[in-house]
Amino acid sequence: MDSLFNFVYGPMLWVAFIVFIVGSIYKLGSFLIQTRSKEGQILSYMSFKYGLRSLFVWILPFATVNMRKHAIFTFITFLFHISLLLSPILLVSHVMLVDESFNLSWWTLPDLVADIMTIIVVASGLFLLARRLKPGIVKYVTTMVDYAVLLIVILPFVTGFMAYHQILPYKLMIFTHILTGEIMLMAIPFTKLNHMLLGAFTRAYIGSEFGSVRHARDW
Amino acid sequence: MLKDAVETKTTYEIIKDSAVEAGLTQLTPERIQTVILETLESETGPRLKAYVNMCVHCGLCSEACSYYLSNNKEPRFAPVAKVKNTIGEMIRKKGRVDNDFLRQAVQIAYTECNLCKRCVMYCPFGIDVAYLMSIVRRICHKLGITPQYIQDTAHSHAATMNQMWVKEDQWIDTLQWQEGDAREEIPDLRIPLDKNGADIMYSVIAPEPKFQASLIYQAAVIMNTAGVDWTMPSAPGWDNSDMAMYTGDSEIMGRVKRAHFEAAMRLKVNRIVMGECGHAFRSVYDVGNRWLSYKMPPVPVIHAIDFYYELISTGKIKIREKFKEPVTLHDPCNVIRGRGLMEKSRYVVNAICENLVEMTPNREHNFCCGAGGGVINCGPPYKTRRMINNKRKAEQIKETGTKVLISPCHNCHSGLEDICHHYELGMDVKFISDILYEVMEK
Repeated sequence: MDSLFNFVYGPMLWVAFIVFIVGSIYKLGSFLIQTRSKEGQILSYMSFKYGLRSLFVWILPFATVNMRKHAIFTFITFLFHISLLLSPILLVSHVMLVDESFNLSWWTLPDLVADIMTIIVVASGLFLLARRLKPGIVKYVTTMVDYAVLLIVILPFVTGFMAYHQILPYKLMIFTHILTGEIMLMAIPFTKLNHMLLGAFTRAYIGSEFGSVRHARDW
Repeated sequence: MLKDAVETKTTYEIIKDSAVEAGLTQLTPERIQTVILETLESETGPRLKAYVNMCVHCGLCSEACSYYLSNNKEPRFAPVAKVKNTIGEMIRKKGRVDNDFLRQAVQIAYTECNLCKRCVMYCPFGIDVAYLMSIVRRICHKLGITPQYIQDTAHSHAATMNQMWVKEDQWIDTLQWQEGDAREEIPDLRIPLDKNGADIMYSVIAPEPKFQASLIYQAAVIMNTAGVDWTMPSAPGWDNSDMAMYTGDSEIMGRVKRAHFEAAMRLKVNRIVMGECGHAFRSVYDVGNRWLSYKMPPVPVIHAIDFYYELISTGKIKIREKFKEPVTLHDPCNVIRGRGLMEKSRYVVNAICENLVEMTPNREHNFCCGAGGGVINCGPPYKTRRMINNKRKAEQIKETGTKVLISPCHNCHSGLEDICHHYELGMDVKFISDILYEVMEK
C-alpha cells in the first residue's frame, strides 16, 4: 500500500500534471494551427468584440433564452461548474501541499465552504446522471462515454469528501482520491472534457459570425 | 385546436425517393467509404472535429427545433440526434455505413433540417448544426443520392444558370410582358434591361418569371414610383436563387453565384437589390460568396426588406392608406437570424399596416417555416411528412388570431401556404410587396 501510495503521490502526480498541461497545450495548439492551415477563413471572421460579447452573455447565469427556459438546469450546472473549478484550486489542503513542495500559496476557501462545494459537485453530478437515465432526448443520445466522463469528474470529489471526513480507511481513500484526480486531469485534453479548452473558441467564433456577419444575437 | 396532422401517419418511416434509390444502386461499400473519408479529410477541419467531439449530449438544443416540438418531442428529431444519426455515425464508423443508413441520412439532412440555425442559439458551445447537416448533404451529393426534386433544380442551375429551366428569351419576354401590363397603370414605366451604370441591379429568383410574374410587376411599380435608377440583366446571372447550395453541389453554387456577381459587375451597378427571398440572400451574402473566396459579397447586396425600409424612411415611397386588417409577420431565418433585419421589417410592416400582431416567439427566436433550407424543394414525396413536421409552426401562426400572414421570403411563403392549407388556418399569405403595392401612393 505504501509503495502504491508513494507512486501515485510521486511520479504519477508528475505524469498527470504533465499530461494535463502538455496535452492541453497540444490540443489547443493543434486546434489553432490546423484551423489556420485548413480553415483559415474562420480566423478572418473572428471578431474580438462580438466573440467577447458572446462569451460574456453565455457565462452569465440566465442571460440567454435557453438558460431561462431551463432554469433549474441552469442553476445546477452553473453551481456545478463553479464548484468543480474553484474547490480543488482553493482547497486549504491542496494549497498546503503546493506550499510544502514549491513554497507557493494563495487564498483559500474556508473548509466548510469547500465541503459544501464538494457536495454540490457530487449532488449535481447525480442530477446530471439522472437526467441521462430519464427516457427522452438526453438518454437517446447518451453513450457509455458520457457516463464515463461523468464518473471521471465526480469520483475525485466523492473520494476527497470521504477522505476528509474519514468515512472509510483514510489511507485507502486518499490513495483513490489522488488516483481519480489524476485520471480526471489527464482526461481533460483527450475526452469531451476538452470543452473546457475549446468551448470558448467555438463560442467566440459563432458569436463573431452572428455579430459581425449576421447582425443578430446568438442567445 | 389544430386539426390533428398526425392522424394520417403516426409512425416514422423512411420515404422512398426514386433518385435516392437509383443512386444507391450505383454505390459499393468501398465507394461510400472513400467519398465520406475524402470529404471529411479535404473539406472539413478542426471545426467539425471540435463540434462532434465536444458535444456533451446535454440535449439543450432539442427544444430549439420545431421538428422536435412538432413530433411530441420524439428524440430522433432533436438537432443533437440528427447529428448523431448522420455525420456522427459516419465519423464513428470511419465511413463504413450501409444503404439503409444513407437512406436515413438523406431524409434527415435534406428533409428534417431546414438549416435555420435556431438551435445554434440554444447550444452553450454554439455548435453549428446547420453546418454539420450541410456536410452530410455534401457527402450525399458526392455519392449521387440527392432527393429527386431538388436535384432537378440543381440540374436546372447547371444547365441554364437559373432554378426553373427558364430560357433566355422567356426571361426577357416575361419582363417585357410585365412592363407592358404595368404601363397600363403607369404609362411611362420601364423595366430597364442591361442599363450600364445604373445605381441598382434588381435580381429575383427564377420562380418569379416562371409563375409569379406579378411580383416583378409590383417591383417595377415600386422602383418607378420611387424614382430609382435601376436595371435588370437580360443575360444569365439574373437569378439570385441557389438550390445547388442546398443539395451540397458547391461547384454549381459557385458558378451560379459568380454569374450573379458578374452580371452586376458587368452592368457597373453600385449594389444589388434582391426580391423577397431568404435562401437567395443566404447564398449571395453568406455561403456562395465564401465559396468564391469573397469574405463579403463583392457587390453590396440589399434584401428587399432593407430596400423598402430605405424607400419608406427617406420618403421616396409614401403610403396612401395603411392596410387595415390585422397582420402577423414571419421572421425568415436567412434575413433575420442571417442578416438582422428584424427591426427594419417591423418598421416597414408598421408603415404599411395598421395592426401588426407579433408571433411568439419572434425575431431571432422565431420558429422556422419548415420549408426552407431546400426542404420544400425535395417535393411531393415528402410533403405529408413535412406537414406533420410543421405542426408547431401552425400552432404559432394560429395563436396570432390574424387572417393575414406576411412572409418576406419565397420559401417561407410557399411553406406557410402549405401549412395554412393543411391545418385549415384560413390565412392569406402575402409578401411585403403585395401590401406595399396596394397601399402606396402611385
